[in-house]
Amino acid sequence: MEQFLFLSLSGVIDGLVYAAFALALVLIWRSTRIVNFAQGSMAAATTFIAVALIDNGLSYWLALVVALLSGLVLGAVIERVVVRPVEGGPELNAVIVTLGLFIAIQGAVALIFGVDQRAFVPPVSNRFFQVGDGFTLGLSNNGLYTLAAVLITMVLLIVLFRYTRVGLAMRASAFGQEVARLLGVRVGRMLTLGWALAAVVGSLAGILIAGDVAFISPNFMDTLIVFGFVAAVLGGLDSPIGAVVGGLLLGLALNYVRGYLDDSLLGMAALVILVVVLLVRPGGLFSTTPARRA
Amino acid sequence: MAEPHGATRYGGGRPDTAVAGGTTTTTALLEVQGLSTSYGPVRALDGVSLTAEAGRITAVLGANGAGKTTLLRTISGLVRPTSGKVLLDGEEITRAPVEAMVHKGMAHVPEGRGVIAELTVDENLRVGSLFRGKVGREEFDRVYDLFPRIAERRDNPAHTLSGGERQMLVVGRALLARPRILLLDEPSLGLAPRIVAQIFGLVRQLVDSEGLSVLLVEQNARSALSVADTGVVLNLGRVVVTDDARALAADEDLRHAYLGF
Repeated sequence: MEQFLFLSLSGVIDGLVYAAFALALVLIWRSTRIVNFAQGSMAAATTFIAVALIDNGLSYWLALVVALLSGLVLGAVIERVVVRPVEGGPELNAVIVTLGLFIAIQGAVALIFGVDQRAFVPPVSNRFFQVGDGFTLGLSNNGLYTLAAVLITMVLLIVLFRYTRVGLAMRASAFGQEVARLLGVRVGRMLTLGWALAAVVGSLAGILIAGDVAFISPNFMDTLIVFGFVAAVLGGLDSPIGAVVGGLLLGLALNYVRGYLDDSLLGMAALVILVVVLLVRPGGLFSTTPARRA
Repeated sequence: MAEPHGATRYGGGRPDTAVAGGTTTTTALLEVQGLSTSYGPVRALDGVSLTAEAGRITAVLGANGAGKTTLLRTISGLVRPTSGKVLLDGEEITRAPVEAMVHKGMAHVPEGRGVIAELTVDENLRVGSLFRGKVGREEFDRVYDLFPRIAERRDNPAHTLSGGERQMLVVGRALLARPRILLLDEPSLGLAPRIVAQIFGLVRQLVDSEGLSVLLVEQNARSALSVADTGVVLNLGRVVVTDDARALAADEDLRHAYLGF
């Protein structure tokens, strides 16, 4: 029972990070129908920026802000410079471009920051809470911080998309590009903004993961891109709520695998879940895409 | 954007001339001059010239593949012409970006009822007014008054609407842009005759009472000519004839040859 509670709690926290990362993938998929395989190395790049700043004496919080802002810029620049030319072309082109970006950015990070592991100290303690004698909760201050950070981000995104004019313009651009343009919405700008926002959310996920794993290298996000992708597909690539639920389910499932089976099975478990979802419910749990008329 | 000239709600202004004995004096609001558009080797428009007059309904008719939809898409910039010009109120807009058209007073309702299926009815309407900044609630209420059927469903996703309701929604959404000229692409497609009559009647009413101008593309020539002032017949990308709508409807040979009724 104690182990179950432990695994469930740490599963929820892990799941929230997967959810944030899946959310970044969903934001881009919804607006441009591209799976951004470069999301992981983009997040690694901004996390390394944060580490470099912290190592130079900046506070964690300031470094976090700078990292998120550089994510914003990175996302916008990549959309404008690299992705825009292949948008509207064959889908495979865009996929290859993001795969290429994934490798290129990872290489750039290694060139600039080196390939050695770097220590990343989270802003609050990583130690699990102890209750009574020897009862360990799968929760730490850092876990609570992760929980708060992801939830705040989600609330902000909901407010943005539901209640603001720019959010409405972004949704219109995502679901009806041509109609939105005819209605005077600057669709290009909205797509850039979508990529920028996604990169910010991805960067946040990267930094939260870094605080959890404590050591980072340029490829430290590689497994997370798999988990994030599985979470996004599990929820239905189109649905932000699906991404969150998918992330939480995956976090729980992987923690049970880790606890009751073996650590080394994590990657395989994620892929098994992916295959099962694609076989049983290819649209994901929250596929709501209505039958569209041309 | 400043209110276009005149006190009328939809800008263009009713021409102060009346149709009398077939002679009219009107102002050209939209002018298309020698427009040609190609899709690869296929020439969809071949030197099309026409005029849509202020405060009038101009119907563009023709069979499937005549180039009607391409004409509207070229006018609004979704497709770029190989040659020719488009002028709106004397200003050349041939190469203006699509997003700018609505600022210039042109609203294009594309074929196939371009609702954004994932958004609610109310959100669809709001997208139509986004470019204008803050828009008073009363303007939305006015659209809902025109189309009570969509008012009941304002919080439902647009994909739950019927074909007729979708057409009402997109026309209402276009009106929220306060256009001087409305480009309507096949509004009757797939709709019951009663709904078609209702929508055409409403468009006519807006033209007569508010000075809206309309360029209507239709395959359903009989309905279109019953509501239009002027008709333009397209065949294989060329203008065959331009005439008064009643004259076209009365020309039996032309109707049989090009209009299918």
